[in-house]
Amino acid sequence: MRVLAAMSGGVDSAVAAALAVEAGHDVVGVHMALSRNRDQFRTGSRGCCSIEDAGDARRAADVLGIPYYVWDLSERFEETVVADFLAEYEAGRTPNPCVRCNEHIKFEALLDKATALGFDAVATGHYAQVVTHEAPDGTVSRELHRSPNDEKDQSYVLAVMGPDRLARAMFPLGGFASKAEVRSEAERRGLSVSAKPDSYDICFVADGDTRGFLRDRLGARPGEVVDTDGTVVGEHDGAYAYTVGQRKGLGLGRPAADGRARYVVDVQTSSNTVVVGPAELLSVDRVAARDAVWFTTPAAAAGGDPWDDAELQIRAHGAPVPVRVRATTGTPRRDGSVADDGGPGMELRLTGTPLRGVAAGQSAVVYRGTQVLGQATVADAWRG
Amino acid sequence: MTTPEVPAGAYLDHAATTPMSRAALEAYVAEAGRPGNASSLHSAGRAARRVVEESRESVAAALGARPSEVIFTAGGTEADNLAIKGIFWGRRRQDPRRTRVLVSAVEHHAVLDPAFWLAGHAGAEIVLLPVDDDGRVDLAALRAELAEHSDEVALVSVMWANNEVGTLQPVRDVVRLAHQHGVPVHTDAVQAVAQVEVDFAASGVDAMTVTGHKLGGPPGVGALLARRDLPIEAVLHGGGQERGVRSGTLDVPAIRSFAVALAETVAARPERAATLAALRDALVAGVRAADPEAVLRGPDPASDDGAAARLPGNAHFTFPGAEGDSLLYLLDSAGVQASTGSACQAGVPQPSHVLLAMGVTELDARGALRFSLGATSTRHDVDRLLAALPQVVERARAAGLVTGGFRAGGAA
Repeated sequence: MRVLAAMSGGVDSAVAAALAVEAGHDVVGVHMALSRNRDQFRTGSRGCCSIEDAGDARRAADVLGIPYYVWDLSERFEETVVADFLAEYEAGRTPNPCVRCNEHIKFEALLDKATALGFDAVATGHYAQVVTHEAPDGTVSRELHRSPNDEKDQSYVLAVMGPDRLARAMFPLGGFASKAEVRSEAERRGLSVSAKPDSYDICFVADGDTRGFLRDRLGARPGEVVDTDGTVVGEHDGAYAYTVGQRKGLGLGRPAADGRARYVVDVQTSSNTVVVGPAELLSVDRVAARDAVWFTTPAAAAGGDPWDDAELQIRAHGAPVPVRVRATTGTPRRDGSVADDGGPGMELRLTGTPLRGVAAGQSAVVYRGTQVLGQATVADAWRG
Repeated sequence: MTTPEVPAGAYLDHAATTPMSRAALEAYVAEAGRPGNASSLHSAGRAARRVVEESRESVAAALGARPSEVIFTAGGTEADNLAIKGIFWGRRRQDPRRTRVLVSAVEHHAVLDPAFWLAGHAGAEIVLLPVDDDGRVDLAALRAELAEHSDEVALVSVMWANNEVGTLQPVRDVVRLAHQHGVPVHTDAVQAVAQVEVDFAASGVDAMTVTGHKLGGPPGVGALLARRDLPIEAVLHGGGQERGVRSGTLDVPAIRSFAVALAETVAARPERAATLAALRDALVAGVRAADPEAVLRGPDPASDDGAAARLPGNAHFTFPGAEGDSLLYLLDSAGVQASTGSACQAGVPQPSHVLLAMGVTELDARGALRFSLGATSTRHDVDRLLAALPQVVERARAAGLVTGGFRAGGAA
């Protein structure tokens, strides 16, 4: 196969490219330039965007003996990932830019361009597994599964791509149980990135200072922090910078009357107000989500109970919790009806302990065991 | 052992670098095996010095210059930096009012960047001389600029031939205008020497950049030809080599190899230019037939006066709706090596400042591709390009619809 290996300059994508080469594929390395004004050198744990990273990717491609190109996807990145990041925060929601990047950049812009240029698949250094089933009639179905490496598993951020795009994706690191193993594979092949530190932060937010980035791009909008009675307990520079469930950085002058910790329980962008309250207000056991993507529709057996047993994960490294899930047409509402937006929705009822701090905008990914069933964006969460 | 390799596939990127000629490689290897610092006084040093001076005489003879006018450098970029910075400082020392640097808008970055560096660090004012649709410098703008600010102009720099679109500049006219005001002229002739007649003295320029690896010599060696009466300050300070203007131990094997390649190139030039022009014409006609939407940039060699207005080995096109990097990748995988022609930092293609200065839109500039022919080029190379091109352009356009900001139907 002709395989495009997306190479960030990090160790994971370098080893993924190496494995694709060794599997006998015709591999070309491509580094995506996602920022117009790139830093010369890598700083801290930002792991993709500096010119030094592009050089590391080029060096790895040279060691592997494969052609290497840089594709400038910075405009598309700004229009989709960064614009969505700003718009979601501005609307009081909590976006996951890595999910949007996989959705719009890696498995859309990059994948579609690769397909147009004649590539059969895009290989990335993600930790997730694709399980393929061939039916007796020859039709092939694909499942997305968690990596056996629990700590690194990235199925959560990949679920958004859906089944069609999965057919053109390769995750050569899917079977690796530890990062150390990947590093030693890199070392064994003479890839100099073998000891490069992992990246964690949002790549386009300098110094990991999300609030500073939002203030630069959206402007300061001072407002009030109130408690659930409406009493003003503090001030803020912009409600958009707060996330439901947040405890740190509230800068509240007065302690709560009962002396307990306070959390952000609501972000009201229309009145530019941040509402704080006790932890129990964050507990939810009902979640409604929009823009659902299904690998396997729950209760696929037609005519039966639409509710199915599964597990819900709400953060990149959050623990899965047991739920009942159903697919809806239109986004579910609290009263049990669905909105007439007509889009694919997802309704979730937690069956175990409630979750704390579920924010609109987060990705809800539903699993059964290691298998991803579907993904949607949280629209609302409440105590049923 | 000393046989140079011919590039695999169809190598259509001679403007980036040329394969070394056999004679140049042999000369390099022979000198690299001999000891001797050309600045030493003992016999090994004298032998090295003799090689350098013979090479200097050979370079001067090939370019219509005097040996004392040849300053060896480590290539074209260094020679351009020495010219722009050295002449700026030299002229300003004579008269502190001389702070204006006039450069054409289509100069190579090796000229533009030192000029803008002077603006940021040494109080220079940079005037970018506009060009016409073919990339030829606007002489009226130069005349007006000189008339208005003649006392303040430190130097003018206009290249002999453009590295992207191959346009030949009216260097003699530039010299005539500048000299009327006593202003010295530098020209970057890096792309020109292997393909058109270049005579330093006859052109009247005061300084000229040449380099080895564009004419069958090794990379990392070149020269600035500079008239002896030109005020020029050193950029590299040290042991005082090259009349104190360019310190550093002379690279004897590279200098000898460069001189051999240059002499060889100049001797073969009339015949080679005719061969390259015929190949280039076939290439241009073939590309136009393969893709009627392709737009030739620079003077049209099929027109009456166009053939004499651009380098015989250069063809440059923009392919509407396609991105240069897609074209490059697809051609490379078909065994054809070309270039987008523009500078890339970390490989990120930026729209070419040359094309933008010629009035090409940023969107059109994205689809640029330069084909450049040289001594080893054959009809087979051109045929291989033309055979691959239809599918390459079709696929690149399909990819352009996905991520290139191009919309179906042409305009975005």
